[in-house]
Amino acid sequence: MAGLGMRKSRNFINRIISSSQIHQSLGVLEHIHSASSHRTHLSKFPTKIPTWGGPAALSSSRRFESTEAEKQAECMTDIGDDNQMLDFPGGRIAFTSSMRFIPESPEERIRCYRVIDEEGRPLMDSGLTKISEEVAVKMYTGMVTLQVLDTVFYEAQRQGRISFYVTTIGEEAINIASAAALTMDDLVFPQYREPGVLLWRGFTLQEFANQCFGNKADYGKGRQMPIHYGSNKLNYFTVSSTIATQLPPAVGAAYSLKMDKQDACAVTYFGDGGSSEGDFHAALNFAAVMEAPVIFICRNNGWAISTPTSDQFRSDGVAIRGQAYGVKSIRVDGNDALAMYNTVRAAREMAIGEQKPVLIEAMTYRVGHHSTSDDSTKYRPANEIEWWRMQKDPVNRLRKWIERNGWWSSEAESELRIDVRKQLLDAIQVAERVEKPPIADLFTDVYDVPPSNLREQEKLLRETIERHPRDYPEDVPL
Amino acid sequence: MASALRRLGSAAARRGLSTACEDTKKSLFQLPQAGGKSSNLCSAINQALHIALESDPRSYLFGEDVSFGGVFRCTTGLADRYGKSRVFNTPLCEQGIVGFGIGLAAMGNRAIAEIQFADYIFPAFDQIVNEASKFRYRSGNQFNCGGLTIRAPYGAVGHGGHYHSQSPEAFFCHVPGIKVVIPRSPRQAKGLLLSCIRDPNPVVFFEPKWLYRQAIEEVPEEDYMLPLSEAEVIREGSDITVVGWGAQLSIMEQACAGAEKEGISCELIDLKTLIPWDKETVEASVRKTGRLLISHEAPVTGGFGAEISASIVERCFLRLEAPVARICGLDTPFPLVFEPFYMPTKNKILDAIKATVNY
Repeated sequence: MAGLGMRKSRNFINRIISSSQIHQSLGVLEHIHSASSHRTHLSKFPTKIPTWGGPAALSSSRRFESTEAEKQAECMTDIGDDNQMLDFPGGRIAFTSSMRFIPESPEERIRCYRVIDEEGRPLMDSGLTKISEEVAVKMYTGMVTLQVLDTVFYEAQRQGRISFYVTTIGEEAINIASAAALTMDDLVFPQYREPGVLLWRGFTLQEFANQCFGNKADYGKGRQMPIHYGSNKLNYFTVSSTIATQLPPAVGAAYSLKMDKQDACAVTYFGDGGSSEGDFHAALNFAAVMEAPVIFICRNNGWAISTPTSDQFRSDGVAIRGQAYGVKSIRVDGNDALAMYNTVRAAREMAIGEQKPVLIEAMTYRVGHHSTSDDSTKYRPANEIEWWRMQKDPVNRLRKWIERNGWWSSEAESELRIDVRKQLLDAIQVAERVEKPPIADLFTDVYDVPPSNLREQEKLLRETIERHPRDYPEDVPL
Repeated sequence: MASALRRLGSAAARRGLSTACEDTKKSLFQLPQAGGKSSNLCSAINQALHIALESDPRSYLFGEDVSFGGVFRCTTGLADRYGKSRVFNTPLCEQGIVGFGIGLAAMGNRAIAEIQFADYIFPAFDQIVNEASKFRYRSGNQFNCGGLTIRAPYGAVGHGGHYHSQSPEAFFCHVPGIKVVIPRSPRQAKGLLLSCIRDPNPVVFFEPKWLYRQAIEEVPEEDYMLPLSEAEVIREGSDITVVGWGAQLSIMEQACAGAEKEGISCELIDLKTLIPWDKETVEASVRKTGRLLISHEAPVTGGFGAEISASIVERCFLRLEAPVARICGLDTPFPLVFEPFYMPTKNKILDAIKATVNY
């Protein structure tokens, strides 16, 4: 891309040579002076000459410089216009006499970075960072744990033991590998399909179970539906069901880290559907303008409930929008844990080192239904789901790579799965037995202290419960 | 890991609302006795913002055009004094402004977000309703964004038409988890704004823009706060209780003075905080007078006057000697040419006072 920018610059300067004398006589126009300072121009101007479709020239989010207004042109000319520039309020822009619309999409779709193929074979020049056996095995273990967690909780929902569940099947690599590339000081503003990040940070299976059962050990005090996890200790802001509303707050938190000169960034997750929300656009633009160290991770899994991406947007996905906001962006194979790990690590270094946002579009597929309230075979072919589940499974792919390295075995595999399943069944049994949060928790935390209307309503409610105890669940302590 | 946990510990501690002013909070919580410099409401807001930024290094002020002083000049001089990293412009995007403020507040900062006109707050409604107001509750008090204060000029100004005149307070009064505060005068504005900024809950603070230059009174120069959720009886009386907030109080005051000439004694109450509101003060007054009139600029249907009316009827039914009267804006969009017709004017109020007393 740099090559393209360079080529354009040379053409540009050739045109200048042919007409520079005429133009100098105009005086009022700010233009490139002469061919004698080629070197300066080549290094200076590529960032200022629009190279449509070529990200190199605009990939920097630096502010475009502007010179004083009195130098601005008032007159028009019928001679070639391609070497003239004008200080618009946002900076200097070159004119052109050829009317050319920017195409709606680039000639080639943005490529998807990956490190290993489906067979777990490393690809040439992929920049495979040295991932230690310890980290690799821990990532794999996390991905398997997440798979088993999903299976067991999904079954628990089907048995009517919990009211609702959302699986992460197919997106285990995005969850675990992105978490592995961060540090515990980085703040996570999740959507709802990233429990793996919390798992990686040390949220215990019991803590997951407590939330899903809404018992009194749930940090959210039973107020939210299952899977709305949150942990202050683990810097994981509480999940809400709304789409993309976590994005603008992530930018504000990142700005706070910046002001405090912390060696940390904010990281926020969302889906392809979320990229259509106003909050996505607000957050990207704010992050760019505020130069906030925040990483936006889009899980482009192809489906927003039943809406395919073809009904969601006509852009080449999500990554391409970064440039329009002045945000560095990349598309990565979200089913390649190593690519995901490399990408997030690099993004983190940029976000903190340069104090700027980064947008990552992780390509994947939502193998599970949207939630337990959804049957996705009603709107997409079962064989498509099956193909992604069998052929493109990110867990299997990482397993092949660690097995190739001699770090994993079938014995370890079955031992792990049996062990996690047992732990989970135990956790569920425990969570089920823990009593529900007390009725007082209904009224606290609306404000820092309950105001008089809530105190009055609590009193009235308690009196009603006394009169009609059978109207209310028995397992909520009074 | 141990060191990581220590770092986490310090990060978690930091996330509590910064307490730079907590020690002095008690003594500050009163309106100093008369005195101070003659200031308009705009200048009183500016003073409060100065004090907020001065007294807490973790406070930030931002919004559209805030950097050069704001379209109403309320933020004049603040960017120069406290730096562009603490007082700054934002893109023209209300959901971004409030969302950004929520994240900033969640990290233990005082985030003072300006929405240029209350008419433009609606893109931020989702952030206020689904993020700010539930941030503490949904996390079981693990997180909060209590340091957030959203300032927005509201109300009629004589020539504002649909989009520079609205009073959208009732929408926000339906949202548990936030507070809604509206001052009536410069002294009130300064003390209440400082309370809102330092309150550990997210607050929407509507500023009566008609009074920015019109209302002038002596404003104490020092740092002081006025309590939230406490109404104030600003005129004692025995025949009828008249309740309002913000700019409307000066119109109501004129109506009360007019009624007095006709031998009717009005008790005028400034609610100040709309949620959670001070029902007890209004109730006590109505128990004394037996009559209630509420007045606000916002359309009458679904306005906060309806809530006050219902609550007082619940509590004072047998004591009431007349139906509760509501003199409010009409149920139309705010009209330009017809503004004098739309408004709950002095004589509309005075007529209703007389009708209620003579019921």
